Amino acid sequence: MESAHPARGQADRLTGVFWRRPKLLTALLIAPPLLWLGVVYVGSLAALLLQSFYSIDEFSGVVVREFTLKTYAELLIPSNYDVILRTVAMAAAVTVASVVLAFPVAFFAARYARGRWKAVFYLGIMLPLWSSYLVKVYAWKLILAKEGIITWAAEGIGAGSILNAVLAIPVIGGNSLSTSYIGTFLVFVYVWLPYMILPMQAALERVPTSMLEASADLGAGGLRTLRSVILPLALPGIVAGSIFTFSLTLGDYIIPQIVGSSRFFIGQAVYSLQGTAGNIPLAAAFAVVPIVIMLVYLTIARKMGAFDAL
Amino acid sequence: MKKLLISTTALAMVATNAGAAEMLAALGAPEGQVNIVAWPGYIERGETDAAFDWVTKFEEASGCKVNVKTANTSDEMVALMNEGGFDLVTASGDASLRLVAGGRVQPVNVDLIPSWSSVDDRLKDAPWHTVDGVHYGTPYMWGPNVLMYNTDVFKEAPTSWNVVFEEMMLPDGQSNKGRVQAYDGPIHVADAAQYLMFHKPELGITSPYELNEDQYKAALDLLRGQRELVSRYWHDAFIQMDDFKNEGVVASGSWPFQVNLLKSEGLPISSVIPEEGATGWADTTMMHVDAANPTCSYLWMEHSLASNLQSDLSVWFGAVPSVPAACTDGRGMQNQEGCDANGLADFDKIRFWTTPVSNCAQGAGACVPYYRWVSDYIGVIGGR
Repeated sequence: MESAHPARGQADRLTGVFWRRPKLLTALLIAPPLLWLGVVYVGSLAALLLQSFYSIDEFSGVVVREFTLKTYAELLIPSNYDVILRTVAMAAAVTVASVVLAFPVAFFAARYARGRWKAVFYLGIMLPLWSSYLVKVYAWKLILAKEGIITWAAEGIGAGSILNAVLAIPVIGGNSLSTSYIGTFLVFVYVWLPYMILPMQAALERVPTSMLEASADLGAGGLRTLRSVILPLALPGIVAGSIFTFSLTLGDYIIPQIVGSSRFFIGQAVYSLQGTAGNIPLAAAFAVVPIVIMLVYLTIARKMGAFDAL
Repeated sequence: MKKLLISTTALAMVATNAGAAEMLAALGAPEGQVNIVAWPGYIERGETDAAFDWVTKFEEASGCKVNVKTANTSDEMVALMNEGGFDLVTASGDASLRLVAGGRVQPVNVDLIPSWSSVDDRLKDAPWHTVDGVHYGTPYMWGPNVLMYNTDVFKEAPTSWNVVFEEMMLPDGQSNKGRVQAYDGPIHVADAAQYLMFHKPELGITSPYELNEDQYKAALDLLRGQRELVSRYWHDAFIQMDDFKNEGVVASGSWPFQVNLLKSEGLPISSVIPEEGATGWADTTMMHVDAANPTCSYLWMEHSLASNLQSDLSVWFGAVPSVPAACTDGRGMQNQEGCDANGLADFDKIRFWTTPVSNCAQGAGACVPYYRWVSDYIGVIGGR
């Protein structure tokens, strides 16, 4: 008579172990991603943080490995402080403009576009994301150039003086669109807009139609419904989108190098300080700034209930 | 050797781990390969353009397979050499001394390189590769930073760099404001210093790379004035060419590379080295201290000085050969005219780039080191 149980192989036995100790399996499965997160993400971040507490020796230019807040104090000298202020102001402006531009688009896509139109909408939003970021930025440089198509068109329709008046605005103006903050701003908005539209649309789609009907039944007009029902419910999407546009602008160092007045943004400062200069501590301190700003930003977003829907 | 290095003022601060290796006394059998870190376009095997190939024949003749790793910045080169695993590097003046000081490259025995005698005498003992009489490599290519200008605006070549440093009327009757450019790297401070060296002798500047606090401050002030004139600083050669075409830029410091390309497109562009002189770059083939393939490395260094290679590379890269015969002996594509256009005739007007350090000829700690050039130049561009 044969045994009721067939002989157990290695794999069977292993399965048995996992069945008896389910936590072991979980631990094994979670170990690689946890290691990745811990070592590569948090580890490099910690190394960065550590570097920023070192300083550079004024005399020899060699990094002194002693803890000091001197490097952070250097962030406050006017030329460095300017860089931070400039970057934050640009990131905020880009985010606000993206929200304003993206809302109607996302609203239309979420509420009115159906079937084929929806596909066209998605394609339209995603298509620019598929082409190279650099190609887009270079293309914009040509579009915005002094002898580019916008200037040409403006002069063609007799609006050349308007364009010149805009460019004559102090600080944000310049010699041409492509050498002014306006140009940098336009390119930033163009490049990051999809990252605002997509989460916003997802949030708007989740707003139940019944609520809008209830709002109308209670006598609220379109604007009132927008303000009291749609916006609060779509807020998580807006905040999620703004996290993208804000942090991406904070960290970018390529767009301001190609389009703009050459004034440094945080990313460029980090790039050039860690290079030949070998001023790693100051570069690290600069790199910590966006992290701190984003932490503050996320805390405020949380207070506003942006993550309640997660 | 170690003692020698430490005594070198410029290197004293980083020389702590600089145990220099002995140089090779004799060549052995070729190892079969050589690994080189090089600038893009520096070592061509006919893959970009079939006419430009100076690797295939070398491989056949020497039996050394050439493996090239391209690097885009001097910092990348230094990092790769620190990592190890490479035999040679084409280091610029801002990397070469760092490599020597860091003990990453070994002295080169020029007696094993027959073509050494053909190298331009003015480059043989250049301070960016020769430390205390010891050679740390063979010169490869060099070039000046010229003043590029639009010939429609300047019917005659500008004679001074003042067109990019001071507000003035250009020959076409319009101001230069918004129509000139400057390099966005901190090394541009040296260009300002060189301008002051000529126009303000009372500052006592002897080298644009060795500036004390007062001289440095004067250079920064000049650059702050320049900020008012410049709409955008240039960083990428192709963006600068685009700005000359589409942004109405008519004058800027530049490289022969851009000048030659724009000219070849038929644009009204020319270049000059004005009365103040110009800054320039010079690259050196250097050998790693632990090079695994020393014989092939020496064979390549010898080959890199061949006049036909130097000649073709000079045409390809818009640079000047380190071997003067390459301009005249007709073994490659370059000729005397081309060499002069790339800057050969102006050698004496050129001050080659070296990294500014605090211990300079004016005394220990007397000069402003490079890391401050970087942070201050950020301020200047930002309008501070």
